[in-house]
Amino acid sequence: MAAGAAVGAPLRFLVDRWARARYDAGSIIGTLVVNVVGSFVLGIAAGWSSAPSWVLPLAGIGFCGALTTFSTLAFETWVFLERREWRPFAANLALSLGLGLPAVWLGWALGTAL
Amino acid sequence: MTRGLVGVVAAGGVLGSLGRYAVGLALPHASGQWPWGTFLVNVTGSLAMGLLMAWVLTRIDPHPWLRPFLGVGVLGGWTTFSSFALDVHALSGSGRSGLALGYMLASFVVGLVAVAIGLALGQRAFGDRPRPAL
Repeated sequence: MAAGAAVGAPLRFLVDRWARARYDAGSIIGTLVVNVVGSFVLGIAAGWSSAPSWVLPLAGIGFCGALTTFSTLAFETWVFLERREWRPFAANLALSLGLGLPAVWLGWALGTAL
Repeated sequence: MTRGLVGVVAAGGVLGSLGRYAVGLALPHASGQWPWGTFLVNVTGSLAMGLLMAWVLTRIDPHPWLRPFLGVGVLGGWTTFSSFALDVHALSGSGRSGLALGYMLASFVVGLVAVAIGLALGQRAFGDRPRPAL
C-alpha cells in the first residue's frame, strides 16, 4: 500500500506541473486528469476478482488513492464559487463527475473481464 | 531540486495514505452502506486544505517544498477521488441509487463547506490572505 502511494503521489505532482506549464487552467486540468485516470485504474483493480491479493492494496488503495485527490478538487471548486465564476464552477464539477464516474465503471467492466 | 521535491511529495503521500488506510480499517462499510471512511477522509482533508491554503498564502516566503509536501503529498494521499467514484459505482450497482446520489451530493456540499470553514479559520489565525491563486 505504502509502495503504491510512494509512486502515485509524485506522479500526480508531475502531472500537475505538466498541466500547469501547458494550459492556462492547468491546475484544474491536472486534477481532472489524475482523478479520471485513477478512477479507471481503481475500477480495474476492484473489478478484477481473481487478482492476486496484493493488487488492490498496491494499485488500488495505495497508487490510485495517492494519485487522485478530493481535497484539491474541493479547494479549486470552492475558489470558483467564492469568485462567483459559475461557468468554470459548473464545468469543473460536471467534468469531474461526468468523466470520473464513467471511468470507474469502464475500469470495473474491464476488470471483471480479466 | 526536482528529485528531492519528488521524494518529499512521495513521503507525504505515503504518510497521508497510511492514515487513510487506517481510517478505512477502523470504519469498514458493508456493500450498500454509506461509505463513512472515504467520506470522513475527504471532508477532513478538505477542511485541512482550506487551513493549509490560508496559511501558505499568507507566508511571505514559504519553503518551496512546503505546499507540495502537505498539499499534494499528505492531503492528496489522505483524500481520494477514485474511492469516492468507486463507492458511487458500488452503491448504484447494488440498487441503492438514491444513496449513491445522496453520497455524491453530500461529499461535494460538505467538502466545499469544509474548505470554506478551513479558509475562514485560517484567516482568523493567520490574517487576511490575498486572492487565492489556484
